[in-house]
Amino acid sequence: MTPSPGPLDLALGAGFVLLNAGLSAALGLGLARTMLVAACRLAAQLTLVGLVLRVVFGLGAPGPVVGIVAVMALAAAYEIGARQERPLRGPWRYALGGAVTAGATVVAVAVGLAALRPQPWWDPHALIPLAGIVLGSVMSGVAIGLNGFTGALRRERNAVEARLALGATRDEALAPLVRSAIRAGLIPVLNQMAAAGLVTLPGMMTGQILAGQNPQEAASAQILILFLLAGASGLGVTGAVYLAARRLTDARHRLRLERLG
Amino acid sequence: MLRIESLRRDRFGPFDLALAPGEACAVTGPSGAGKSVFLRMVADLDPSEGRVSLDGVDRAAVPAPLWRRRVTYLAAEAGWWAETVAEHFPTGAPDRLAREREALRLPAEVFGWPVARLSTGERQRLALLRALAVNPRVLLLDEPTASLDPDSVRGAEAVIAGRRAAGLIVLLVSHDPAQVARLATRRLAVAGGKPA
Repeated sequence: MTPSPGPLDLALGAGFVLLNAGLSAALGLGLARTMLVAACRLAAQLTLVGLVLRVVFGLGAPGPVVGIVAVMALAAAYEIGARQERPLRGPWRYALGGAVTAGATVVAVAVGLAALRPQPWWDPHALIPLAGIVLGSVMSGVAIGLNGFTGALRRERNAVEARLALGATRDEALAPLVRSAIRAGLIPVLNQMAAAGLVTLPGMMTGQILAGQNPQEAASAQILILFLLAGASGLGVTGAVYLAARRLTDARHRLRLERLG
Repeated sequence: MLRIESLRRDRFGPFDLALAPGEACAVTGPSGAGKSVFLRMVADLDPSEGRVSLDGVDRAAVPAPLWRRRVTYLAAEAGWWAETVAEHFPTGAPDRLAREREALRLPAEVFGWPVARLSTGERQRLALLRALAVNPRVLLLDEPTASLDPDSVRGAEAVIAGRRAAGLIVLLVSHDPAQVARLATRRLAVAGGKPA
């Protein structure tokens, strides 16, 4: 088993980031500061998360474990809202993507727990990484899908209104936009499935192998995970884009772009 | 009979108007006066209060898509949603519309053309034809001939007159006083969002 990296080893990795920042400064990309801030944030966040998780793992009760997952879901909701170029106005900005992501994650995690059968079901060694990886994947799919849909709706406003004016229902008028936004939101997870193992070793599998697990077992766990990600992303992206299409129209089949920021 | 009673939304209206079959009412006024908003409210494309009814049937009693097939709004710059012209028409419409297409000086092949190839004037005439294809009872025209040459303008006016003779009610936004004189039997002046 490979030992986990100590402070000196991490410093070696940090030097690599500094090199990158220096390169950015030299080329005038204007990313040096952003990169250093992101690197510091990453180090602080993960260290803190490691500490919190160790405490939660030690408590041996389901409440804190579920609590951690809930906090992760809230963070995902925030990220989705923050990534929208033209977000929905009001609480919808975070609530719509967040609720759909949480719902899709619950379904996928339930399937995952049924397959892995951890004892007890809330065993944090299973539940927390499972929920985290599913949330992350659904989150980026939903963010891309929503952003693509609202962007296309603003661009294609005249075309959509022309159809509505000629008597199309809102579902008919929006169908092409809904379809292409869902497709765009699912591309990352499709790429991830197709390229897994050939182009990259998925993160979870990398971690397991580095931690000394048998690569074959790591692979079958990874297959299960990717299936869960694909299913959850499909549910999440489709649900989010459909709900956004509802929110941006009304019962009289009018386009309501004023509900967009 | 199209009956509009105290139709309004925030700073627009209230508008009252009653038009009998075959009547054409010009909506005139400076840019930004709210002429387009008025037409959009009648088509129920913008939320509004008040009552609009056609032949005694209140629009609230009719599903919105069906209302818009009877009371059809044609925007000044109407959008296109598919590759070719034909995809914007119901099946069989090109044959039914052959005479009006000719009056608009559009060739029969026009339905096979890609939308991207159309000139502004061709788009405007095809958008009018597309609106006529749903056989509306009321047509709400927002500057329908703004980018047409004089020949095509006469063609479009002839098409509109032909439909009026068959009972079509027309509400027309136009900045051309001569056109208003030729087409309209009634007039509604709008200024600052209200009837003037």
